[in-house]
Amino acid sequence: MTREDIKTLILEIIQDIDDEADFDNLDPGKPLRDQLDLDSMDFLDIVMELRKRHQLQIPEADYPHLATLNSCVDYLEPLLKDA
Amino acid sequence: MNTSTQHRIVITGVGLASPNADNKKDFREKLLQGISGIQEIDLRYFGKAPAGICTFPETKHRKKKENNRGTRAGCLGVYCAHEALIDAGLDLSYYDPDRIGVYIGLTEHGTVETENEVYNISRYNYDTKYWTHHHNPRTVLNNPAGEITMSLGITGPHYSIGAACAAGNAALIQAAQMIQLGDVEMALAGGISESVGSFGIFASFKAQNALAEADDPQKASRPFDLDRNGIVISEGACVYVIESLERAIARKAHILGEIVGYAMNSDARDFVLPYGPRQAECMRLALRRAGLQPADIDLINTHATGTKQGDIEECKAIREVFGDAPSTYVNNTKSCIGHAMGAAGVLELAGNLPAFEDNLVHPTINIDHLDPECDLPNLVANTAVDAGSISVILNNSFGMVGINSALIVRKYIA
Repeated sequence: MTREDIKTLILEIIQDIDDEADFDNLDPGKPLRDQLDLDSMDFLDIVMELRKRHQLQIPEADYPHLATLNSCVDYLEPLLKDA
Repeated sequence: MNTSTQHRIVITGVGLASPNADNKKDFREKLLQGISGIQEIDLRYFGKAPAGICTFPETKHRKKKENNRGTRAGCLGVYCAHEALIDAGLDLSYYDPDRIGVYIGLTEHGTVETENEVYNISRYNYDTKYWTHHHNPRTVLNNPAGEITMSLGITGPHYSIGAACAAGNAALIQAAQMIQLGDVEMALAGGISESVGSFGIFASFKAQNALAEADDPQKASRPFDLDRNGIVISEGACVYVIESLERAIARKAHILGEIVGYAMNSDARDFVLPYGPRQAECMRLALRRAGLQPADIDLINTHATGTKQGDIEECKAIREVFGDAPSTYVNNTKSCIGHAMGAAGVLELAGNLPAFEDNLVHPTINIDHLDPECDLPNLVANTAVDAGSISVILNNSFGMVGINSALIVRKYIA
């Protein structure tokens, strides 16, 4: 997957969680939780969807890597390079 | 029953979702016209069955995101709670949020969510790593009541009342008692059922030979009819605003009815079979507590679900208690909407409460060949009746493992 593919994947998952999520002014360098209506249960939804779609097992210690859109892409790029 | 205005308990608002309506006005009209809300559904593993499904504006009071996170029962309950407050003309800030209680009657809860999750992991070779983190908050028994508090910012007590299909009445009784005790000042109370989403509940009734079948789903729910063959399972919800008479008068509320008597008891004999003598005792106790005679009751809403034994037992009980009350009308709402389980009693009461204003008794539909054992003197069959005056309703709800309830509501006259 390219970095752009991974970004699209994350936004797709968030869209499935909240179809009213507004990405127009999303700053990819700032925490998703500060900009969208997401809480800890929603982040677990993101983790579960990555498991279901790409068999990724993300350990709890790595959850901080999912804080911003950019950090998501950085963290997932090597894990999804063959996806 | 207490007679001071502080301890008299009244109903001032109702919100509902029924298989044939999403508000009390349409619900009443459909019931008076005898219009069934039953359709055929196709369930995972089980197949086709007649059932009642509610159509209502699910995102009117809560975002789709929250509905997806919560349960169907929560979605139904949140809609009805908001609608009840609107109907009551009640701005929630009138009461302190920690002085409001939410009491929701449930027949069961968590079955649907658990079945869904087992199905979900079946697609991942039953690997429990794919089991959702939402499972526990969705299946705790207080879930539907708790979702209502979260939606409305209510910080008083909330919990569910598990009382099988007597649960709706039980929740209203709980609300009345908690207000009388001073534990809360106002309550949102009622019943909810999402059972229609569970193949296991259908399969279990079928295994008991108690699930209705019919070529025309709208003819499937037929209490008191010789050709009945079981229960039609429905989803549904109904939530009431319950207040003390004193507070209702103080805010100039329109009072829909006063809870003047109630009783609950147990058969203590069988897991599923109803028992008329205990039902009769329950009705008598409610009458005694209300200080009323059988002849004072203008209308009995029957619990009858369309099973032979259940219908006959209840009719025996009514004959025994109301033998000297030939002018008391009898009807049945399940014939139109099916059996809404934990919501049944409260939905049925909501269908009959408008009789205090229009004095009509809605019919029991689908009685083509009345079972002689159910031939009660004033059973309203197939066509609505103008009773002239309806001032007191007795609402029966009974449930499995031998639980009975009777609630008496009187028209309020200032």
